[in-house]
Amino acid sequence: MTKNEIIVDVKNIKTCLGNMLVHTDVSFSVRRGEVFAIVGGSGSGKTTILREILALQKPVSGSIRIFDKEVIKANPATLLAIQKRIGVLFQQNALFSSLNLLENVEFPLKEHTKLDPQTIRELALLKILLVGLPLSAARRYPAELSGGMQKRAGLARALVLDPELLFLDEPTSGLDPNSAAELDELILDFQATLGLTIVMVTHDLESLWRVTNQVAFLGDGQVLDVSPINEIIKNKQPLIQKFFNGPRGRGAQEAYGN
Amino acid sequence: MTPQNFFQFDLNTRKMNCQGEWNLASLAAIEEALKKTTFPQSGALAIDGKGVTKLDSAGAWLLNEFFKRKKKLTTHFENFSSAQQKLLAIIAEKTKEPLTLPPVQLVNFFGRVGKRVYLEWVQFRDYLAFVGQLTMAALAILRHPSQIRWKSWSGIIQSSGYKALTIIALLSLMIGVVITYQMGLQLRNYGANVYIVDLLGLAILREFAPLLTAIMMAGRTGSSFTAQIGSMKINQEVDALNTMGVSPAGLLLLPRLAGLLIALPLLTIWADIFGVIGGMLMANNMLHVGSYSFLHRFQSVIPVRSLILGLSKAPIFALIIASIGCFEGMKVSRGADSVGRHTTRSVVLAIFFIIVADAALSVLFSKFKL
Repeated sequence: MTKNEIIVDVKNIKTCLGNMLVHTDVSFSVRRGEVFAIVGGSGSGKTTILREILALQKPVSGSIRIFDKEVIKANPATLLAIQKRIGVLFQQNALFSSLNLLENVEFPLKEHTKLDPQTIRELALLKILLVGLPLSAARRYPAELSGGMQKRAGLARALVLDPELLFLDEPTSGLDPNSAAELDELILDFQATLGLTIVMVTHDLESLWRVTNQVAFLGDGQVLDVSPINEIIKNKQPLIQKFFNGPRGRGAQEAYGN
Repeated sequence: MTPQNFFQFDLNTRKMNCQGEWNLASLAAIEEALKKTTFPQSGALAIDGKGVTKLDSAGAWLLNEFFKRKKKLTTHFENFSSAQQKLLAIIAEKTKEPLTLPPVQLVNFFGRVGKRVYLEWVQFRDYLAFVGQLTMAALAILRHPSQIRWKSWSGIIQSSGYKALTIIALLSLMIGVVITYQMGLQLRNYGANVYIVDLLGLAILREFAPLLTAIMMAGRTGSSFTAQIGSMKINQEVDALNTMGVSPAGLLLLPRLAGLLIALPLLTIWADIFGVIGGMLMANNMLHVGSYSFLHRFQSVIPVRSLILGLSKAPIFALIIASIGCFEGMKVSRGADSVGRHTTRSVVLAIFFIIVADAALSVLFSKFKL
């Protein structure tokens, strides 16, 4: 388990959605312990590439390896082995609406471990506390939670199996600046204490500055650059310039850049 | 796995050397091993984490939790990596208070019955209010006929009426066959074969065609009304309409109501035709009543009144189906779960009230000797 081990390796991905060519040639790799962000304008296929890494969608060609195992043509057993080691926070949280918060968080433990109910309950409650939710929320249903609380609940569920690799799809979207900042801190905390590797799709320039080590910029169907945030902003490519040097981009840069 | 795999405990030095992967996957095994080992009940205990290759929150939780139960034993951690120390500290901090849930308030039998009755009453009141609102909206639109959304109307007629023609035809044909078969068995015993025309005609025109068509529509159209409006509600489309000054009643609800009000009587006539054809086919086959004599007798013994009485039920059923379907759809709130629950409710309630209305109408018709 070396520090520089590549745990997500995406090579030459080509994707068509309907008649539209989304990715012509996308390649990048994520090393253990990194917080890796995938950015790009709307419609650049960020979420699509994430879905492909999660084996929810198949690319036309190319290869995706997680923990050094091919995902695209994986048999169900291999895929399950990978899935037990990853956690996913979806953009809309994807909490099960018919289960309450506690049951939502317990669900992966019930499915994938043989622990006794008491231990499962306590581990789930611990995760609920770790993401900063009060225990009094445990019996509430997702619809009774605020947007920020739902995000945290989704994070608690993603973390409950203590994954090595965490995928976040626009974690801060739809949150007020305060909650977004708190979520950033939460992500940093988990990354430091649990040794997580995080792959996130985001638009949020502040979180790019605050939490990420590496940023991959998707545009024109390929990865235009992969580098730390303070280097990628210097890239002269027009799409990248437009993304980072808009008024908002510059604001975030002034706040964090120095 | 033996206890030695995860830790070694030395009673003399009061030191526990942890090793290996303290993670979720080995949690049960570690707990088992911890329980088997005898630890001193009091004093100090050092937990050494030099050999721990992996420590996740589950492992850290177990380490904290297990020794917390031995109240007199004071433990301290040493030689864990800084990240692991931090994790242990966070977990210890978070589990200071026991992890217990807020208690659930249990309600006794009478409380549950009372709550249920009250909620149903509220539902009923809301339903009446909803019908009232719809009526007002309908009256308002009747005063300004230019606001009628004919396109939505025709769309509903197409989807709930035209597209249901085949299934209704097939269903009625089979019902005609089945009724003729059952009645024919009895009539044949008395040589009263030709009376099948009287029985079948009355049964199909007055009861079976309107009732079965309505039940079919409750399942087919009522449920789709609820699901459509419900998903729009969740997606905030209904709110969007409201903020744009477009009334959801005019755009979504009234066209459904009016569309079904037009489609259901037409479908009932369609069902009448195929029910009678089904019966005629079976009468020809089984009772040797030819189609010429069948139709000849049909027009002399079946009064037009039967057709009209049967058809008069259709608009009532249509109002029941559409209003319940739309009402349940508008009641949807929070999440996919709610759409499913309200769709079920919509079909069950619609069928229930169709049959109740049918019974009430039968009583009414018999009082007036119709």
